[in-house]
Amino acid sequence: MSLPPLDSPKWKSSFRAFAEGFKSVSATILAAVLFATYLGIGALAHDSHFSLLWTLLSTILVWAGPAQIIVITTLGSGATIIQSALAVTVSAVRLFPMVVSVLPLMRTPQTKRWHLILVAHFTAVTLWVECHRFLPQVPRHRRIAFVHGLGFGLLCITLCANTIGYFLAANLSQTLDAAILLLTPLAFLFSTARNSRELSDVAALVLGLLLYPLFALMNSGLDVLLSGLVAGTVAYGIHRVRVRA
Amino acid sequence: MSDFIGDWHALLILLVAGVIPNQVWRMLGLWLGGGIDEGSELLIWVRAVATAILAGVIAQILVQPPGALASVPAGLRYGALVAGFVAFMLTRRSILAGVVCGEVVMLAGKWWLG
Repeated sequence: MSLPPLDSPKWKSSFRAFAEGFKSVSATILAAVLFATYLGIGALAHDSHFSLLWTLLSTILVWAGPAQIIVITTLGSGATIIQSALAVTVSAVRLFPMVVSVLPLMRTPQTKRWHLILVAHFTAVTLWVECHRFLPQVPRHRRIAFVHGLGFGLLCITLCANTIGYFLAANLSQTLDAAILLLTPLAFLFSTARNSRELSDVAALVLGLLLYPLFALMNSGLDVLLSGLVAGTVAYGIHRVRVRA
Repeated sequence: MSDFIGDWHALLILLVAGVIPNQVWRMLGLWLGGGIDEGSELLIWVRAVATAILAGVIAQILVQPPGALASVPAGLRYGALVAGFVAFMLTRRSILAGVVCGEVVMLAGKWWLG
């Protein structure tokens, strides 16, 4: 994928910059992963008895796959709203450093804070990675428009995937439905593993996988939250010991 | 049409449990951005807990599978994940290879078991 050179007349209007952002979606392998993930989320929502409108609204308004899956699986398995809200709140903390690090890439002295609201909303792991990849090739004063186009393009992909997944889960044979549901844990495990560069992240991923089944035996209603807190804190402890050693 | 909308109660829950807990962090990032060091110890701990919660959710889908996934025997669900992980590592961390391999193992196993 090559964008027009920085001095190209194509960057003269923000509308063209938006269109370039929208088109760049097709040039990213992450878009395929996103499609698979949201296909799975659509199927998961269907099998957990949520409506299609609910599913699409959760994609538009939440715009974070892990959080959507936590809401669907915890509520679907009978957890309280408070437990879901707490687990989502903790899972969403990672959005904070992402927003903090992505906004300086497109800020200019003229940028008002409200210009960046939609960019902050679109910020999630896929957009965050793609911003670092694409933005150096975009003139600074057109970057917000470009990112709006990119975010909107990714949104279109996920909404299509949700709808397709939802109807496939309703109409496919049980085996193929199961295959679509399996997409979600697979895609999340590998994309998280890929993004885990620090030892603490790898340890958190492995311990989190292993500890959840133990906490599920307690059936406390807070299983996901508790196993996450314990596994994450132990992983952080491992990181501290390594730093000191 | 009411099938499409579902019940309004569920939409309210979406707002409380899904939308607000997410947007709080994004808007905080927007308002406070700049003064936070990405490598600070607090953020490393927070990221570890967030990763572990996500890992817990992945495990939950496999251990207590929703809907049609429950028709796949437990051993086959775990086996598919492990096979996918091996493919992921062998291909120098290709997400696509991991996902495809996991899916193929699950489908083949299901077919073989009848």
